[in-house]
Amino acid sequence: MDTEIRIYTGGIIYAVICGDIDHHTAKGIRSDIDKAIIERDPKLLILDFSRVTFMDSSGIGLVMGRYRQMADRGGEVILTEVVGYIRKVFQLSGIDRLTKIVGDVSRYIGCEQRLDEEDIKEEKTDEAKAY
Amino acid sequence: MKQRLINRMKLSFPSCSENERFSRTAVSGFISHLDPLIDEISDIKTAVSEGVTNAIVHAYPDRIGEVFMEVKIFEDRTVRIKIRDKGCGIENIEKAMEPMFTTSHDEERAGLGFAVMQSFMDKVSVRSAPGKGTTLTLTKKLKEKERYE
Repeated sequence: MDTEIRIYTGGIIYAVICGDIDHHTAKGIRSDIDKAIIERDPKLLILDFSRVTFMDSSGIGLVMGRYRQMADRGGEVILTEVVGYIRKVFQLSGIDRLTKIVGDVSRYIGCEQRLDEEDIKEEKTDEAKAY
Repeated sequence: MKQRLINRMKLSFPSCSENERFSRTAVSGFISHLDPLIDEISDIKTAVSEGVTNAIVHAYPDRIGEVFMEVKIFEDRTVRIKIRDKGCGIENIEKAMEPMFTTSHDEERAGLGFAVMQSFMDKVSVRSAPGKGTTLTLTKKLKEKERYE
C-alpha cells in the first residue's frame, strides 16, 4: 500500500503510512517518503501511524533513517497516532528519545495550509519563471 | 512437569520477503482458537516476523532457501514456535543477539530483532552451526482463559 503524502505550507510533510511495516514493505515506504523529502526539502516531517496494521523492528530502521535525513537538513521528525503495540517497539529502541511522539499535531500544522496538486504545479511554474 | 501437546502444525516456504507477512498471519491464525489477548497476538506476530526476517536476510543472503516453521500448543497454553533454516548459520550467537548488532548491508536494519523477540516472548533460544543452519525457538505462555469470566 502506498504512503499518503500531504504537503503543507511552512515546509511540512505529513506522511500517512498505510498497511504493514516489515522488512518487505519498508523499502517502498522509505522511497515514497524520501522522494517527498528530496522534492520539498522540509523543515518538519510528521509520520502518521494511524493506518499501520502491523510493525516489527523494520519500523525502527525506517524512523531512524528518516531522522538522520531530516537532522542532516536541520529538520525535525515527529511521530503521531502511535498506538500501544507500535509504541512498545519504539520504546525498546529508545527512538522515542530522538523524536517526539505526539497525540495531537494541530499545534504544528494548525496555521498551515495543505497544498493540493494544483498549488504544487503553480509553485513549480513560479520557480521556473523566477529562474 | 511435561505438558501434553494439544495441537501442532508445520509449514515451509521459500525465503522470499513476501512470505514474512504470510508466516506471522499463519501463526496468529493457528493459535486463534486459544482466544489470546490482542497484546499476546501482536507480541507473537512481531517475534515471528523478526525470526523469519532473520532467516530471509541473514541465513540466505545471496539465494532463496527454504524456511521451516513448526508451532506446538501445549495444554497449559504454552505456544512454542520453531523457525529453522538450512542457511549459512551464525558464527557467534552471543554477538548476534547483542542489540544494535547487524551484519546486514542494508544500513536501515536496526539490529534489534533479537531484542524485540526477547522482550515480547517468555523465552528465546538459538541453536546454530556455521554452514548448516539455525534453529530459533520462541516460547510464550498465554494467560489463562478464566480472565474473561
